Amino acid sequence: MAKTLFEKIWQRHVVSVLFDGTTLLYIDRHLIHEVTSPQAFEGLRLSKRKVRRPELTFATMDHNVPTDDRTVIKDPISKAQVEALTKNCKEFGITLYDLKSDLQGIVHIIGPELGFTLPGTTIVCGDSHTSTHGAFGTLAFGIGTSEVEHVLATQCLSQKRPKTFKVEFTGQLKPWVTAKDMILKMIGLIGTAGGTGYVLEYCGSAVKSLSMEARMTMCNMSIEAGARAGMIAPDETTFQYIAQGNRPYAPKGKNFDESVKFWRTLATDPDAKYDRTLTIDASQIAPQVTWGTNPGMVLDVTERIPEPDKVPGYSRKDVEQALQYMGLKPGTPITDIKIDTVFIGSCTNARIEDLRSAAKIFKGKKVAPKVRVLIVPGSQQVRKQAETEGLNQIFEAAGCEWRQSGCSMCLAMNPDQLQPGERSASTSNRNFEGRQGKGGRTHLVSPEMAAAAAIAGHFVDIRIWK
Amino acid sequence: MESFKTHRGLLAVLDRANVDTDQIIPKQFLKSIKRTGFESNLFHDWRYLADGKPNLDFELNQPRFKNATILVARNNFGCGSSREHAVWAIQQYGFKAVIAPFKEQGTSCVPAFADIFRNNGTKNGLLTVELKESEVEEIFQMVNRYQGLEATVDLEHQCLTLHLAEEISFHFDIDSSIKEDLIRGLDEIEQTLHAQDKITSFESSHNTQLPKHRV
Repeated sequence: MAKTLFEKIWQRHVVSVLFDGTTLLYIDRHLIHEVTSPQAFEGLRLSKRKVRRPELTFATMDHNVPTDDRTVIKDPISKAQVEALTKNCKEFGITLYDLKSDLQGIVHIIGPELGFTLPGTTIVCGDSHTSTHGAFGTLAFGIGTSEVEHVLATQCLSQKRPKTFKVEFTGQLKPWVTAKDMILKMIGLIGTAGGTGYVLEYCGSAVKSLSMEARMTMCNMSIEAGARAGMIAPDETTFQYIAQGNRPYAPKGKNFDESVKFWRTLATDPDAKYDRTLTIDASQIAPQVTWGTNPGMVLDVTERIPEPDKVPGYSRKDVEQALQYMGLKPGTPITDIKIDTVFIGSCTNARIEDLRSAAKIFKGKKVAPKVRVLIVPGSQQVRKQAETEGLNQIFEAAGCEWRQSGCSMCLAMNPDQLQPGERSASTSNRNFEGRQGKGGRTHLVSPEMAAAAAIAGHFVDIRIWK
Repeated sequence: MESFKTHRGLLAVLDRANVDTDQIIPKQFLKSIKRTGFESNLFHDWRYLADGKPNLDFELNQPRFKNATILVARNNFGCGSSREHAVWAIQQYGFKAVIAPFKEQGTSCVPAFADIFRNNGTKNGLLTVELKESEVEEIFQMVNRYQGLEATVDLEHQCLTLHLAEEISFHFDIDSSIKEDLIRGLDEIEQTLHAQDKITSFESSHNTQLPKHRV
């Protein structure tokens, strides 16, 4: 019987099935970070249980860590949480990439870098952007702390089988339009709950043309459409990425060749059926900018802030509330909106290609007066690579702050925050009220659009901007 | 885990759709390494003014909702981040159940609750009840009309009853395994470890693709 990528991976990982179809799934990779694990480890301790497969588990610290001076975590509660992770990893025998490590970074950036993320595996983490790893043809999704504890103790997870949703992007992206714009466009079309109960599979000519990093950007934001996970079938682009460099957890030599043979069997079979499908013409996608307080409130950069009763899927009240919080008036062209902060970072867009794109824009230019720009590489390896290429010099010459790796201003659990009323152009993944700091106003965009906004001091249509 | 069979309590309504977990429990409270102590942090940025005083415009701060134990909201409740702290905060504040509407959109149905939030709720004994939009609208109207309106959520019979002079009842659907987990209130890890042999047997033939030697 013809199967989809998701079905093939799901079926390979079924340990047992209950009377109503609830499945106990085996988990091949468990990623841990400091925020959602302390209570899970404490639970293990109290019940006198051990981690069943420590060798399939690895940890990093990313949400709380400062991106300037890493020798000191000023907030004592943040410090305690980071120290708890160190203590827990030592006690339970889990590899930890801490602040002293050259391999530390945002958990969803270092997983693929280190070759931990491989096609055909199941991957979980106590973080909703775990969907990122789906770019490799893995079944990867976010879980809560109780589930983290369950996976630590049993290496399994109880799951109700989700439905399948094919999103095909036909055509090719036009210049200056990116994977970030593709996923924002999709979320705008189906809404922040349009994918709830589904695993999305992205395919089509525009997806095939994307690099691995661009595919990760797309899969990363699947959760913002409510989806369980987002996946892209592995292909030559995937295999080349895994073979590149020296990824400690990736297969090598003969093992790599054997693995590729297996990975080639994972793509969706030609006649496989999905529960739902959607086709989007990628060539019609324009640079996207969110205007409201969830990622579904998004428009083309050429559009204007909408009237409260003219936004499909949202009530007048929802829109009025969002506009009030964001301090925006209906009818305002998006290109008129001034920003005071730019954040280029996060598990969505802080890889080397994102930094190269931003550097192309910043080269020889200066950040607009009174605009603060934070450029936060996603990992120590990305940082090192960027410095080898001289990107940091371009950023600093333009007037940007070049930072250490961490989640930074994506969610402001660390000192990188917006002050009330500040407005950002951000390459992150959420624009909820207070996400980047209480009272902070977030607009989600691609790295290119963020860099251009930094120079202009307001949003611009990157396709026509000089 | 505490089990949930039936609960009678005061209803409170929160007239917002797409309530995300950043609103339910903002990030600064995720730094805790404990499972407790979140009751005063629930909906923090809506609940308090800048100076820390209660925001009297926020629905849940209204005296009529003091001691409410059943929360009624709009579609797509609990979206966004996977933080289980959102569930802990809701429960520690005092809510035993959350009710929200699913939305029928053409041939598809948009669930009332975000997936991860609903799963996290089940792990902690917080019942999430999905009703039709028209039914939730009716509940909103009744709550706004009748001060002190109580309801009973009966999980065993899958029924929500509003205790008006003439009672109104709504049936709700729920996954049988979720229902059983909530009613039995068992330790899920213990349950899974009862099937340990199945896990070991699976592991003996499953290739996790971890290389034998790491650099």
